Amino acid sequence: MKEKRGIILTGIIVGIIAVLLTKLGNPGNMGFCIACFIRDTAGALGLHSAGVVQYARPEIIGLVLGAFLMSIAGKEFYARGGSAPFSRFILGFTVMIGALMFLGCPLRMMLRIAGGDLNAIIGLVGFAVGIYLGIIFLNKGFSLKRTYNLPKFEGYLFPIVIIALLVVFLATPSLLIFSQEGPGSLHAPVLISLAAGLIVGALAQKTRLCTVGGIRDLILFKDWHLISGFIAIIATALIGNILLGQFKAGFTGQPVAHTDGLWNFLGMALAGFGSVLLGGCPLRQLILASEGNIDSVITVLGLTFGAAFAHNFKLASSANGPTTRGQIAVIIGFIVVLAIAYFNTEKSADIKIKEDVEIEA
Amino acid sequence: MKLNSIDARGRSCPEPALITKKALQGNPEALEVLVDNMTARENVTRFAKNSGYNVEVIQKGSDYILNLKK
Repeated sequence: MKEKRGIILTGIIVGIIAVLLTKLGNPGNMGFCIACFIRDTAGALGLHSAGVVQYARPEIIGLVLGAFLMSIAGKEFYARGGSAPFSRFILGFTVMIGALMFLGCPLRMMLRIAGGDLNAIIGLVGFAVGIYLGIIFLNKGFSLKRTYNLPKFEGYLFPIVIIALLVVFLATPSLLIFSQEGPGSLHAPVLISLAAGLIVGALAQKTRLCTVGGIRDLILFKDWHLISGFIAIIATALIGNILLGQFKAGFTGQPVAHTDGLWNFLGMALAGFGSVLLGGCPLRQLILASEGNIDSVITVLGLTFGAAFAHNFKLASSANGPTTRGQIAVIIGFIVVLAIAYFNTEKSADIKIKEDVEIEA
Repeated sequence: MKLNSIDARGRSCPEPALITKKALQGNPEALEVLVDNMTARENVTRFAKNSGYNVEVIQKGSDYILNLKK
């Protein structure tokens, strides 16, 4: 229990901050949503032109800088990469297609549950099924192979790019495109969003908070560590929403959500499946990208590209429900992720154990 | 000292813990796991402890040698 204190405390703080961000202006049940916020940021940069979802979310900037600073402070920052980068890009892309079918990353799924959105419970079941699919391949020997050390400066580039975005946002916001209506126009005050991101980024880096990892480790290792953070987020946000009068149980009339159960299920199943193969949920990818993991930087680019595609080609759902194109994209997504899983699973996956090695310690 | 060893350096989550799990299925008295980041170190250590092993950590440059013993 003592070991779980950090992760549970982090979950509680994430839950409180998420509820407060909603209270202070963020869209409903969207205190944090890595998929939505990356999508909004892609829109602010003009990578897509869906007028209702364009805003350079300071939460994303804060998450990156918080995780970066914490990894430097904890001497955990180091540049590495080279583990099947383009497969990771494609997986990131596909996870985003699934998340925008459902309308939220796994973290927002939890916040939607905590807000009483019952559609998100169906999403959670799909998410768990997707994770289970990924675990089948992991157990059969799936691997995107190892990473290698890279020059330190390579690792600094992603935080530097994010700092550049922050400078543009604060100094010349007219360069960016901001929604005048819709979810993109709803946001908490900039400095509060930034601070919220910084705190959660630092804590998530320290505790390895990961929504996919929670369910995965429970199934794979019967390990309750990460999922205790998951449960703490839902429980805290639930209590917070009730206290602030933001809780409303039901399927219909939920903020930034639709009621198509099958596609909520399949969207989150795709996001879960892809995320397990990546080794972590979109939040975790963003945190890893900030501590020098270039494979995760590539994954974040895949998420960004996927978000832009999803809106340029009308694959993303809206409150009216999924689009036919989006449904086709999710089905193609499953085929793509299955192919990546299959072709990276070694038949002779038994690990090589060197016997009787001399070690010099 | 002679013992069984696995190299999980560079592997992303959850592979280091997963290959440790597979290696421990044979119920060895001891196992040495080589990892190169804190997350893997924590995950393998947590899994090993939950499986009834004591873990001794030796840092060697940027790598960690985890000595698992019953």
